[in-house]
Amino acid sequence: MSAMTLDQLPQGKVAVVQSLTIQGELRRRLMDLGFVPGAQVEVEMRNPLGDPRAFRVMGSVVALRREQAAGITIALSEESR
Amino acid sequence: MSANPEIHSSVSLRSCEKCPLHNAANLRRLGVNTVGFDHVVALLGNPNTGKSTVFNALTGLRQHVGNWTGKTVARAEGAFHHRGRTFKLVDLPGAYSLFSSSHHEEIARDFVLFGQPDVTVVVVDATRLERNLVLVLQALEITDRVVVALNLMDEARRHAIEIDVRALSRRLGIPVVPMAARQGEGIPDLLRAIEEIVSGAFVPHPRQVNHQSESLERALSDLVPQIEAEFPHLPNARWVALRLLDGDHSIIQAIREGTLGNVDQMERRAMPSLNRPGLIEET
Repeated sequence: MSAMTLDQLPQGKVAVVQSLTIQGELRRRLMDLGFVPGAQVEVEMRNPLGDPRAFRVMGSVVALRREQAAGITIALSEESR
Repeated sequence: MSANPEIHSSVSLRSCEKCPLHNAANLRRLGVNTVGFDHVVALLGNPNTGKSTVFNALTGLRQHVGNWTGKTVARAEGAFHHRGRTFKLVDLPGAYSLFSSSHHEEIARDFVLFGQPDVTVVVVDATRLERNLVLVLQALEITDRVVVALNLMDEARRHAIEIDVRALSRRLGIPVVPMAARQGEGIPDLLRAIEEIVSGAFVPHPRQVNHQSESLERALSDLVPQIEAEFPHLPNARWVALRLLDGDHSIIQAIREGTLGNVDQMERRAMPSLNRPGLIEET
């Protein structure tokens, strides 16, 4: 399985959070918002400019910048491969 | 509404006490009159879960409600009377987490931790249960005396979301009350759950997150006595120690300034532009 980060998740695919490489307060914040290992994520909305993008996680929509999403390691879930 | 609740309790019909109508009839809304209360109840919850709606239903106040995030910026206080007890109810700003990263969350955390409410009601969104439970578990690390108000059940039903309330309550070890506060649904059950906690009729046995690690325990056994020596009235020095080890800036600052544990002083620091809590209009 190739390691992938959330900023690389294509629209329409579902992924599972593996780990957070981001540190400090932002790590805490992302976990509070639902980005914990095992959580399912998908792209909810694409910004025409490409950044930030909105992700659906734990029933809510959270917008992240590219560098924030890059701190979240994911794996594509079976059905969307 | 009974003018003399004592008459009801002396009759003491057990089946009567369990009836929601009976409990609703015993609610007396006291508005902003928070003088001479017996117990303090805090309302905690993620943003936009209906905390202020629950607050208004219990106090008869019109704390501004609206479907947007961050509407309640400071604590609002009101009161109600239920079956011989007067409660002060504190509506806290919406928080995703008690490991605060915003001023609003800091106010909520400081009140739950240092305000030592008799009961903390965590209002959760039944349609986003998983994420909302993060806050419930965090509250349980600070206090056992938690009631989950499983709000927005009407929306959950509309989305065909089924929740096994009894299993949830059993797993968490605390009361879980399904509600649709906008319709007044579940308010009597919430009152009963609060009463059972303050009277000791229900003793919570909460599920707590297990941090067990040897090096962490070593650090804590070093740190906790130091915190206790410096702040002898602190209710939960262990939690404060964990936050220090986590590098929580607001806690570090409160220790430096010696304001740790003083809710009003900490709040003033978190919201310098704010003079008094309670930005509410009376009905």
